Amino acid sequence: MNSLDPRIKRLDLKNTEEGEVHTNSHLITYEVFHQEKRGKQVMHVGIVHAPSPEMALILAKEQYARRGKTTNLWIAKSSDIFTFNSEDEDIFETTPDKTFRDPGFYKVRDRIEAFQKRNNLKV
Amino acid sequence: MNQQAIKELLFKMADDALIIGHRNSEWTGIGPMLEEDLAFSSMAQDKIGHAQALYKILNENFGEAEPDSLAFKRDEKSFTCCHFVELPIGEYDFSLVRHFLFDHAELIRYEYLTQSSFLPLAQLAKKVKGEIKYHVLHADTFLKQLAHGSEESKARMQSALNNAFPFALGIFEKGVFENDVINEAIFIGEDALQKEWLNKIQTIVNNFGLSLPTVKDTATAFGGRKGYHTEFLKPLLEEMCEVTNLDLTAEW
Repeated sequence: MNSLDPRIKRLDLKNTEEGEVHTNSHLITYEVFHQEKRGKQVMHVGIVHAPSPEMALILAKEQYARRGKTTNLWIAKSSDIFTFNSEDEDIFETTPDKTFRDPGFYKVRDRIEAFQKRNNLKV
Repeated sequence: MNQQAIKELLFKMADDALIIGHRNSEWTGIGPMLEEDLAFSSMAQDKIGHAQALYKILNENFGEAEPDSLAFKRDEKSFTCCHFVELPIGEYDFSLVRHFLFDHAELIRYEYLTQSSFLPLAQLAKKVKGEIKYHVLHADTFLKQLAHGSEESKARMQSALNNAFPFALGIFEKGVFENDVINEAIFIGEDALQKEWLNKIQTIVNNFGLSLPTVKDTATAFGGRKGYHTEFLKPLLEEMCEVTNLDLTAEW
């Protein structure tokens, strides 16, 4: 199941007939991530319950990729997700105020047009 | 090209897909777990889709009726599905093992059909091969999981295999035009398909610690391709066509 990218394990279709089987008396919760096109960001879409990563992946396929376009799915154990405490949400509270970090904050259209005119560039 | 030969192949493939699709859809709402309920229903829809596509080829190339009519307005005798797909869903172990045995045959069949001399079928095979690849992956993963689960789950898989296997051989019953199908390179033929299928599932089943039963009389599940069916097909057709039969002239 090793891929060229050592960070990621991939399902080997030729190998699904062999290999180790995870048996758990309880189902594990997996987070599912969906990628619409190659190169696009992988977005969290929900969870599935399954006894193994292989089972999680095949169940996620119909659960989250039965409509529209899909190029790939990722699954990860919910227990592997590391996150902030929800009561620490105030860390992010003032971020929306910092509009100087948004590209739209800078009004440079006039200066671009002046530059183009000066240099006889097409407007 | 021998039209009768192509039609025979298209009809049996379409009828198999329609009937197993209908059967598997009976799990909708009562599947063993939410995720699987959805996955199994979704694959059942895929099968109905394959049936529709095959009926459409019959309609467009050979002047047969519209796909809806071919599915809902034919009598039992004119169906050429195998007995295997007609059997009731039973418990989930049986439906799962049927899905495993049937879809492995489908995968090999469609792979060969991508090379068919009959182009509309080759094009369809190329289009749906990814769907069937997933169906097989789903079946293998589930069977593997349950074969390695508890003692009960393993015993259930083995006993479902024992029950299903003789019927699965009915998939490969030959029609009247089998030789023409092979000679005109429409398809490699049922014998070759069965051989490859048997090798494949034998390996997988053994890997999972299960075994295939020995079958003395392989013709036990034959008859479907010639219009002779089990007692289960008629009630299925009656239920499937119930709404259509309320008003045969209705437009949908």
